[in-house]
Amino acid sequence: MKTEELIRALAADGSQPVRPIGHTLWRALATGALLSTALFLLLLHPRLDIGRAISTVRFDFKLLVVACLAVASAIFLGYVALPASSARQRWLLYLAPVLLAGGVVIELATTPAASWSERLIGHNAVHCLSLIPLLALPSLACLFFALRRAAPLRPPLAGATAGLMSGGVGGVLYALTCPDDSPLFVATWYTIAIGMVATGSAFGGGRWLRW
Amino acid sequence: MEHSLQGDVCAYQQLLVLLTVAIRNAVRGRARAAGIDAEDVVQEVLLALHLKRSTWVRGTPVARWLAAIARNKIVDALRRRGHRVEVPVETVLETLWIDEVENEGQAHDLERALTKLNERQREVVRAVSLEGHSAQEVATRLQMTEVAVRVTLHRGLRALAATFRAVPNED
Repeated sequence: MKTEELIRALAADGSQPVRPIGHTLWRALATGALLSTALFLLLLHPRLDIGRAISTVRFDFKLLVVACLAVASAIFLGYVALPASSARQRWLLYLAPVLLAGGVVIELATTPAASWSERLIGHNAVHCLSLIPLLALPSLACLFFALRRAAPLRPPLAGATAGLMSGGVGGVLYALTCPDDSPLFVATWYTIAIGMVATGSAFGGGRWLRW
Repeated sequence: MEHSLQGDVCAYQQLLVLLTVAIRNAVRGRARAAGIDAEDVVQEVLLALHLKRSTWVRGTPVARWLAAIARNKIVDALRRRGHRVEVPVETVLETLWIDEVENEGQAHDLERALTKLNERQREVVRAVSLEGHSAQEVATRLQMTEVAVRVTLHRGLRALAATFRAVPNED
């Protein structure tokens, strides 16, 4: 086929206005978060003492950390999805881990060593490990769908970022129902759960986000 | 570029012609060093930039965006046909005698890829590319609606790009 023929075919296919990829991604973020929330409301409910919990530092801190992660990776996703853009505000990604590390240090400093293992193991580690990925799934699916229209130069990185973002959403939702508020619990189980989502989607990215 | 993304076919065609020159310049040396037909790679890059044109951010330099897409596709193409890189001397010798103009604009990979499309898609892509008919004319001739022609064309182009991806990596 001659290149000029190809150009003719491409031009003919360009007769419709193109929606900028940024819009597509924002839509996917919003739709995904909504679907994950819907799934949460369908399967679970906020913990019964949420009114009281919300005024405790630990509960708020837990929410803050996962929300931070979700927002930072959503912003980062806007960069890795495009072929020609260098990521600014990269430091945002470190915010959640640093916050969490700080929380762990303070927790260790202010609570007796005898209570550490109980705080770390908590009540619902298995729930945490299964529900966070489950709640992340709808969001992840929407993001992958949108990312297939994008042009990430490093598909696994784009996949992992989408996984962090969705894991963050799943984490926020799960945090509302999870009775364990200690930073020790969050640093262990939330990290493992979100890490699993991110790892899985890094592989998924390598598989499905090539172009 | 901005007009092209609004659906202005004429502006888009002009833009593609312009960009093709730039892509050729970028591809030629690298492809030749690897013993690959440069025009195949040029067409692959064109297809990619078409399907990914929504990732250009308004107000940013087109050249940088194009370079990023082209580089990605060149690397892909070299890697995929990597086994040929091992015989650089012969290919360099060969290319010494190739008449530049003779081979300009003609390539084979896309022709092969076309045979993998389904019949309808192939018909539409051919009609639009060879004869340069508008979607409307093609629609009348193939007794399809104009929208169906557009959709078929778009799917056909995506399928073409996918056949390039489908070739298993050698490494």
